[in-house]
Amino acid sequence: MALPTSEVLTVPAPARRRRRSGLLANGKAVTGLVILGFLTVFAVIGPWIAPYDPGERGDDLLVGPNAQHWFGTTHLGQDILSQILDGTRSVMLVGIVAGLVATVLAIVFGVSSGYFGGTGGEGLSALSNVFLVIPALPLILIITLSLPETNDLTIALVIGFTSWAWGARVLRAQTLSLRRRDYVEAARATGESTWRILGFEILPNLTAVIAASFVSTVIFAVLSEITLAFIGVPGVSEWNWGAILFWAQSQQALAQGAWWWFVPAGLAIALLGTGLALVNFGIDEYVNPRLRGGHQRVRGVRMRVGFTPVLPEEAR
Amino acid sequence: MSGEPVLDIRGLSVDYGLGDAAVHAVRDVSLTLHRGEVLGLAGESGSGKSTLAYGMLRLLPPPGVVRSGQVFYHPGDDEPVELMSLSAKRLRRFRWAEVAIVFQGAMNSLNPVHTVATQLTDVIAAHEPRTTPAARRARAVELLTLVGINADRLGSFPHQLSGGMRQRVMIAMALALEPRVVVMDEPTTALDVVMQRQILAKLVELRERIGFSVLFITHDLSLLVEFSDRIAIMYGGRIVEDAPAGQLYRDSLHPYSDGLLHSFPALRGPRRELTGIPGSPPDLRAMPSGCAFHPRCPKAFDPCAERTPTLLAPDGREDQNRTVACWLHTADRAMT
Amino acid sequence: MSYLLRRIGFYAFTAWAAITINFFLPRAIPGDPVQSLIARAQGQLSTDAIQSLYILFGLDDEQSLVSQYFEYWGQLLSGDLGLSFTFFPSPVSDVIADSLPWTLALVGFTTVISFLLGTALGVVAGWWRGTWADLLMPVTTFLSSIPYFWLGLIAITLFADQGGAFPSSGGYDPGVVPGWDLDFIGSAIHHSLLPAITILITSMSGWVLSMRNMMLTVAAEDYITVAHAKGLSQRRVMVSYAARNALLPNVSAFALSLGLIVGGTLLVEIVFSYPGIGFQLFSAVGAKDYPLIQGIFLIITLSVLVANLVADLVYLLLDPRTRKEG
Ligand SMILES: Nc1ncnc2c1ncn2[C@@H]1O[C@H](COP(=O)(O)OP(=O)(O)O)[C@@H](O)[C@H]1O
Ligand SMILES: [Mg+2]
Repeated sequence: MALPTSEVLTVPAPARRRRRSGLLANGKAVTGLVILGFLTVFAVIGPWIAPYDPGERGDDLLVGPNAQHWFGTTHLGQDILSQILDGTRSVMLVGIVAGLVATVLAIVFGVSSGYFGGTGGEGLSALSNVFLVIPALPLILIITLSLPETNDLTIALVIGFTSWAWGARVLRAQTLSLRRRDYVEAARATGESTWRILGFEILPNLTAVIAASFVSTVIFAVLSEITLAFIGVPGVSEWNWGAILFWAQSQQALAQGAWWWFVPAGLAIALLGTGLALVNFGIDEYVNPRLRGGHQRVRGVRMRVGFTPVLPEEAR
Repeated sequence: MSGEPVLDIRGLSVDYGLGDAAVHAVRDVSLTLHRGEVLGLAGESGSGKSTLAYGMLRLLPPPGVVRSGQVFYHPGDDEPVELMSLSAKRLRRFRWAEVAIVFQGAMNSLNPVHTVATQLTDVIAAHEPRTTPAARRARAVELLTLVGINADRLGSFPHQLSGGMRQRVMIAMALALEPRVVVMDEPTTALDVVMQRQILAKLVELRERIGFSVLFITHDLSLLVEFSDRIAIMYGGRIVEDAPAGQLYRDSLHPYSDGLLHSFPALRGPRRELTGIPGSPPDLRAMPSGCAFHPRCPKAFDPCAERTPTLLAPDGREDQNRTVACWLHTADRAMT
Repeated sequence: MSYLLRRIGFYAFTAWAAITINFFLPRAIPGDPVQSLIARAQGQLSTDAIQSLYILFGLDDEQSLVSQYFEYWGQLLSGDLGLSFTFFPSPVSDVIADSLPWTLALVGFTTVISFLLGTALGVVAGWWRGTWADLLMPVTTFLSSIPYFWLGLIAITLFADQGGAFPSSGGYDPGVVPGWDLDFIGSAIHHSLLPAITILITSMSGWVLSMRNMMLTVAAEDYITVAHAKGLSQRRVMVSYAARNALLPNVSAFALSLGLIVGGTLLVEIVFSYPGIGFQLFSAVGAKDYPLIQGIFLIITLSVLVANLVADLVYLLLDPRTRKEG
């Protein structure tokens, strides 16, 4: 079965793109990185700049956004802005730790099964396919619930250990195609050590794919932990955005018209997700030049497959 | 064999990209294909041959754009058609019916999910909607037979055919609407030598039988010497020499043509020494001043680095029906 | 054929792996929580039920692991998944049998529709790149980044609360009696519309994006240029040359990501209190009803495997290269 792996084409890029190299030349990636940078800052300083203690009860019960409480309050008078700020750290940490664990596993499984091939390689590939088709969220759920004690770290580890399969599959496909390249064949033929070939010939060429797989796993991990918190799995940080939504849901925020209780958390999740997705698009376009071309309309010329445009007189 | 022109390219320039980022891959090319003629287009890889062929048919994918120039198609008795100013609709009707093309690397020219029959008949259905499915199928059988493929291959998918067979299917497809012009871009490069010669022999035979004109593109000049009537040599996006095949072979004028002739073993005729051309093709982003070939040219002299030579009849051979862009041969008039 | 046999073999292996995980998980942990549940419900449980739970959760220390494993399989094959504690004294298999049809109808149907719609939109977005179709991209990116359940909450606020046009919970009106009649079916459809649209909007965007990328990748293939050179109509090039080929990787991506999608869509049931598997899972987590949680995990996994097999069959029909004879 073919997987949508991008192939690296050798068509020379136009000069404009060469000048600023790599991802930073890509508008989407830059936008995504700015969003992520912004959220990272809040993850670090969030608890300090929060105007209230997120758990502290106040006298204004269930009031909408106002000057004292920008995002309104809960049924106990807790400040929702402070809860969101406090929760950012847990959301980002779990995402990053799970992403790192899964990416390391994906590299180990994907690259070795692609590079060594044979029965072992096939076996590893089958293993990652098994993890791919077993529904991830229910699996994470039963493992988490089986653990004697859960906290952010154990949840991140559970997510990491169950979500490496997609990355492994993509990396395996890329490694297989790299292994057939001339310079790798040549290195093998001259008896270079396997570690040297993997470290100097294979891995550097997989950087973009590894980055993309890391970002995708972080997206998945963030959504999973928020979901776990939302359905009330114990052990997730108190003010994880999913936990905020859990309280909003269980206190009937909807029925009481308290939209401010769940809208900010949802938008925060969407913002984080969009930032990560944009970075991923940037990487995709970097790896697969066919996807590039934001500026399709320059001076009235529309680039179109099948009908090469003829430049009008004034554009020459 | 030079009758009246069928395809007349005038001052065509093709770029990749727009504005400052544009790479000028084809520069002010003028070239004429005559009725019934096989015109060979040769040059090192990267010299802009494919860009010229696709550009003139407006088939270049982004970021390709036609910067300037005109391409006239002469349908015999009717008014000539100018391709660069055709609307999308008329261009679609023109394509394949008048000019068909066999692509470089025809390995990937067939749609992997459709059968040979589907791909042969859909082009007939698109241009002659009134034909019946049975008639189209009969035509497809006829076409396959023409290129020496058994009719039972109609139901095959591309992955079930060998490389040579796929290439012959593409040739059959090109002839489906009996076009006046067939463009072939390195149609045999991916094949082994035996298959290459078989297909070319078939092509020559078909041309004699059906009588279309061929623009044959290759980087292998020795093939052209054998199969074509005229040869145009391309370098750095320009035509540098255009002459009848025999004359070019015996008496090439441009030092680059000479170098190309010495880069391939001749298939027939006297053996010649293989010397190749020192140096490498020019970087289109940083073209040398003057004649683009001068840094590699063994005979370069004063004007070469300064002024770009134009394609003109060589001095003292104005009667020979050939042109060359070289200061060695066109010094007299270009100086004035 | 050998392709299909290989796939079936693979799914059988995966099913075995999932069941084995389910067997080992509770055994790997000291102090199983099920033990305390059993202790609490001691008076109400029949000895048979206790025996069955002992086998499922490995509380019977007398036996070797191997014989426990065989006993476990024997019990699964006879359809016994233990007793649910939330729905005491219903067996887990009954609870699942009651809720599975709801989920199959809602999640199964919307997942397929969302794939088809998203793919169609992706074809358009990829083909008309550089026109208004590009506006689709920021919108879909944003939509695909929000969790399903959150969009469900918003949908309820906007369309269901305070006398809105749609009911905010349940699978049918309390007034109608379940059965194959118009009243019930109409009511069920009315209740499922809002959750279905929620799932559709969020899960569709992913397919729009991936199909668009595949269209752009395919557009540069030689056979597309040939199709243009043949002077075929715009529609034919777009549909039977570009989209037809771009569809293949999208279908295999669909098959592979079913396991991921299903997890997210089940949550929509929670928000809408829809009487399907996802909602039961939610109640089970709240009540620490381990037999039910494990049973649901197994059933979801098996359903996804079957769906995968179907997707593989579709792929087989679509790609002549997998149909290689011999
Ligand atoms: N997409 C592109 N962007 C920029 N330059 C290109 C692109 N495609 C081809 N070129 C350049 O155009 C020149 C002509 O290419 P081509 O027409 O394929 O040459 P030929 O067919 O003679 O081998 C080459 O130097 C190539 O580098
Ligand atoms: Mg070429």
